[in-house]
Amino acid sequence: MLRCLLALWASLLLMAGSAHALTAEQVLAMAAGDTDDRVAAVQQAVIDPSERTAAFLQALADDAVKVAGGKALIVRDDKGIDPVTGAEVPLPADAEDIINNNRMRGEIDTALAGLALFGKDEAQRMAAAKALTKEPEAGRLPLLDKALAQETSDKIKAQLQLARAATLLGSDDASQRIAAAQALSASATPDTRLLLNERVAVEEDAKVKAALQAALRTLDDQLAWGERLGAAFSGISLGSILLLVALGLAITYGLMGVINMAHGELMMIGAYATYVVQGVFQKFFPGAFDWYLVAAVPLAFLTSALVGAVLERGVLRFLYGRPLETLLATWGISLVLMQLVRSLFGAQNVGVENPAWMSGGVQVLSNLTLPYNRLVIIGFAIAVLLGMGYLIGRTRLGLFVRGVTQNRPIASCMGVNTARIDTMAFALGSGIAGLAGCALSQVGNVGPDLGQSYIVDAFMVVVLGGVGQLAGTVYAALGLGILNKFLEGWAGAVLAKIAVLVFIIIFIQKRPQGIFAVKGRTAD
Amino acid sequence: MQRRYSLKALAAVATLAGLSALPAHAQDTIKVGILHSLSGTMAISETVLKDTVLMAIDEINAKGGVLGKKLEPVVVDPASNWPLFAEKTKQLLGQDKVSVIFGCWTSVSRKSVLPVVEEMNGLLFYPVQYEGEELSKNVFYTGAAPNQQAIPAVDYLMSKDGGGAKRWVLLGTDYVYPRTTNKILRAYLKSKGVKDSDIDEKYTPFGHSDYQTIVADIKKFSQGGKTAVVSTINGDSNVPFYKELGNAGLKAKDVPVVAFSVGEEELRGVDTKPLVGHLAAWNYFQSIKSPENTAFIKKWSDYAKAKGIAGHKDKPLTNDPMEATYIGINMWKQAVEKAKSTDVDKVIAAMAGQTFKAPSGIVSKMDEKNHHLHKSVFIGEIKADGQFNVVWKTPGPVKAKPWSPYIEGNDKKKDEPEKK
Repeated sequence: MLRCLLALWASLLLMAGSAHALTAEQVLAMAAGDTDDRVAAVQQAVIDPSERTAAFLQALADDAVKVAGGKALIVRDDKGIDPVTGAEVPLPADAEDIINNNRMRGEIDTALAGLALFGKDEAQRMAAAKALTKEPEAGRLPLLDKALAQETSDKIKAQLQLARAATLLGSDDASQRIAAAQALSASATPDTRLLLNERVAVEEDAKVKAALQAALRTLDDQLAWGERLGAAFSGISLGSILLLVALGLAITYGLMGVINMAHGELMMIGAYATYVVQGVFQKFFPGAFDWYLVAAVPLAFLTSALVGAVLERGVLRFLYGRPLETLLATWGISLVLMQLVRSLFGAQNVGVENPAWMSGGVQVLSNLTLPYNRLVIIGFAIAVLLGMGYLIGRTRLGLFVRGVTQNRPIASCMGVNTARIDTMAFALGSGIAGLAGCALSQVGNVGPDLGQSYIVDAFMVVVLGGVGQLAGTVYAALGLGILNKFLEGWAGAVLAKIAVLVFIIIFIQKRPQGIFAVKGRTAD
Repeated sequence: MQRRYSLKALAAVATLAGLSALPAHAQDTIKVGILHSLSGTMAISETVLKDTVLMAIDEINAKGGVLGKKLEPVVVDPASNWPLFAEKTKQLLGQDKVSVIFGCWTSVSRKSVLPVVEEMNGLLFYPVQYEGEELSKNVFYTGAAPNQQAIPAVDYLMSKDGGGAKRWVLLGTDYVYPRTTNKILRAYLKSKGVKDSDIDEKYTPFGHSDYQTIVADIKKFSQGGKTAVVSTINGDSNVPFYKELGNAGLKAKDVPVVAFSVGEEELRGVDTKPLVGHLAAWNYFQSIKSPENTAFIKKWSDYAKAKGIAGHKDKPLTNDPMEATYIGINMWKQAVEKAKSTDVDKVIAAMAGQTFKAPSGIVSKMDEKNHHLHKSVFIGEIKADGQFNVVWKTPGPVKAKPWSPYIEGNDKKKDEPEKK
C-alpha cells in the first residue's frame, strides 16, 4: 500500500516535470540500511531522475558501490567516484561492500528499466518494456502511458501495450481486467502465463475468472509445442553425449574386442587435459581465454591417445584373446589412473569454465531456450563421428584396421604390421575418449571419478548397437538418449534410469547381437 | 595392554595425589579416531574434514595436549563403503582403543556405525547437517537438525525479502536425508497453507548428471505462480544442475534455488557467475566477519600450505562441516578436562552445557540434554567469486529439535537419549 502511494505521489511529480539533482542523502539511502527503506529510496529516485541516477543504479546492480564514513561511493577499477558530482575521490581503506539481496537486485533492475524506457537505443527500450511487463505495478501506469505516447517503434509499442495490460490485470475495474486478460492471451510467453495464473488464484469475479481461464487455455496450446520440442532437444543432446562417450569404445571394444574398463579413465584424462589447457590460458594468454577449447581439443585427443598407446604396448598386447584377464587388468589400470590423478590434482573436482560463447543459450521460442554448450556438443559429436567414419572407411589406416580385425593372419600375410595397427587403433579409440572427456568437461564435473559414471553407459550403447558396428552405435546412442528423456519427463529420473536398464536387458535377451548384426563370417 | 596400564596408572595417581594434577611427563597418549572417506565418491567432501581434525589435534598438542597427554590421531579410510564404516569403527574401538571418533558424512554411514558405537560404548562426533529422527547417548551431533537449516530457509523464501514464494519444488538425491527432509518440509508447508498441487517433489539417482528435463520441468512449474526450489541434491551432482540452471536462463530473481548441501567447497568446481543470487542455508559461511572466523581461516590456510593439501594450498576454503568438526573436537577437549578423564560415560556427562566461541561468531552451546548444538542459522546468496553474502540470520542460536514436530508420532518422543 505504501509502495502504491509512494509511486502515485511519484508519478504526480513526474508529470510536474521537476528534475532534482541527486543528493548524497538519497544515494546513501539507496545503498545502505533496511531493504524496505532502500527499495523505497530507489523507487523515489527514479521518479525525478537526474542524469547521474542511472549511472549510480547501474553501479549498484554491478556490485560496484561501497560505503565508507557515512557516504556511498562508486568504485570502478579501484578508483572511487563520487556518485553526486561524478568527480574522482580517494577510496578510503575501510570502505565496506554493500550487500544486495534478490529482492533489491530485482528492484534496481526494474528501476533501470524504467529509466531506459526513454533512452535512445531501441534494443534497450525493448528490454526495458519486457522487464516492466514482468513486474507490473499500478503506480507505473502513468510512466507507461508517457512512454507509449513518445514511442515510435511499433514493436516496442506492442510490448508496452502488453506491459500496460499486465498492470491493468490488477485493476479494480472488472471490464479492464477482462480486456487485459484478452490482450495478454495474444502473447505466448512463460511470463504472461505466470501473470495470468497468479491473477486466477486471487480473482473473485466469475466473469473475469472465465476470461482468465480462456486466456490461459490459449496460452497452454501455444506453449505446449515449445515444451515438446524442448524434450526432444534434451533427448538429442543426451544422445550426442552418449555417442561421444561410446564412439571410442566402439573402436577398442567393438572393432578390436578389448574389454577396456579403463575407457572411462581415458575420458577423465581428456577432461583433465582440458583443465590444464584452461589453466595455461588463464595464466599466459588471458586475452585469448575464450578460445582455450580450440587448443584443448587436439591436446585432449593427443594426451589420451598417448596414454592409450602406452597401455596397449605395455599391457594389453600380452593379453589378446584372454578377455577375462584383459577385463581385470584394465580395471586395475583404471584404479591406478584414478589414484594418479588424485595425487596430482587432489580428490576434489576441478573447475572447468565454459568460455563466454558457450554460456547461455539461444531463445528459439518464448519458452524454449537451447543452451549453447549443448548445441556445440551436438555439433562436435557429429564432427567426431564424420571424422572417424572417414578415417575407418576411407583411409589406408582404416583399411588396415578393418583388415586386421576381420582376419588377422591374412592381413599379416599381406604384409600389414598387425602389432603396429593394434597400437594405432587402440590409440585412436583412446584419443576419441579424450575428446569425449573434453566435451564432458563443458556440461558436467571434472574429477577423478568422472569416468566411473559413464563407463556403464558407454558399454550399454555399444552392446545395444551391435558389437563391431559404428552405425549401430549411432542409432543406439540417439535412441537411448531420446527414450531416456521422454521416460524422465513422464516418470521421473530414478524410474527412467531403471526402465532403460530393464529395456536393454529384455532387448539383449531377444536380440543378443544388438540392433545391427555383423553379417556373414566376417565376425571373428 | 596399554589401556589397562593407563587405567592402573590413573587409579594410582587418583588415590595418591587426590587427582589434583596428572604428571606432565606422562609418556602415553590419548588416541583419537578419524573415520572419514578418503577415497570413493564421498572423498570430495570428507577428505577435508580429516585434515580439519588433524589441524585441531596439532593445535591442541602445541598447547600441551589434554590432561597433560598428547593426542594421537588414528586415521582410517572407510572408502565411501557403508558396511566398511562399521568394520572400521570396530577396529578403532576394539583394537586401537580410541577415546573418541570424529567421522561420517552421509546419514547411511552414520546409521551403519551407530549399532557398533552403542554396543561397544564408544563416542562419536558427527559434524554434518542431517535429517534428525535419531538421538543416541553415544553420539554428539555438531551439524544442524532440520529446524536449524531447512525450516528457517523455507521461512525466508516465504518472506517478502526472500521473494514471497507460493509454489515449491523439492528436489533431491534419492536417499534417506533428502526424503526425510522433504517429508518434514511438505508437512511444514502444508501447515502454512500450501496446497499439495503447489508442491512438486522430485528425486534423481546418485551422481545424476543430466538435469535438462528437471530444469525444463521447474521452468514450466514456475509459470503457475512465484516458485522457489529447495535442493537437497548431494555432492557433485550440484555442478551439472547449476550449470543447466545458468544456461537455461533461470535467474535467482525469478526462481530462487536454496540448497542445503552446497557450500564453498562444492562451488569450487563451478563457474558461479550465472548463479549469483541463488541461496544456501548453513550455520557457518567463510564470509562471516568475526575475529574467531578470521583466526580460523588463517589457521586453516597456514595448515593447508604447510601440509600441501591439494586445492587448499592455493585457494584455502572453509565450510560449515569443517567448522562443526572444529567445534566438536574443542568441546570434547573441554569435556575431558572437566571430567578429568577420557572415560566415555564421564565425558558424555561433562559434554552437557559445554560452550565454545565458534568461528561463526556466536558462543555455541552443547544442549544439556539432547546432544545437539545450539546454532545460529544463516542464509547466504552466492556471489560471483563462489563465496556467500549473508542476507539473513536468526537473532541468536536456535536449539535443535532432532524429533521434528512435523513428523507424526514425534510429539511423544523425549528430547534426550533413551538409554543413560
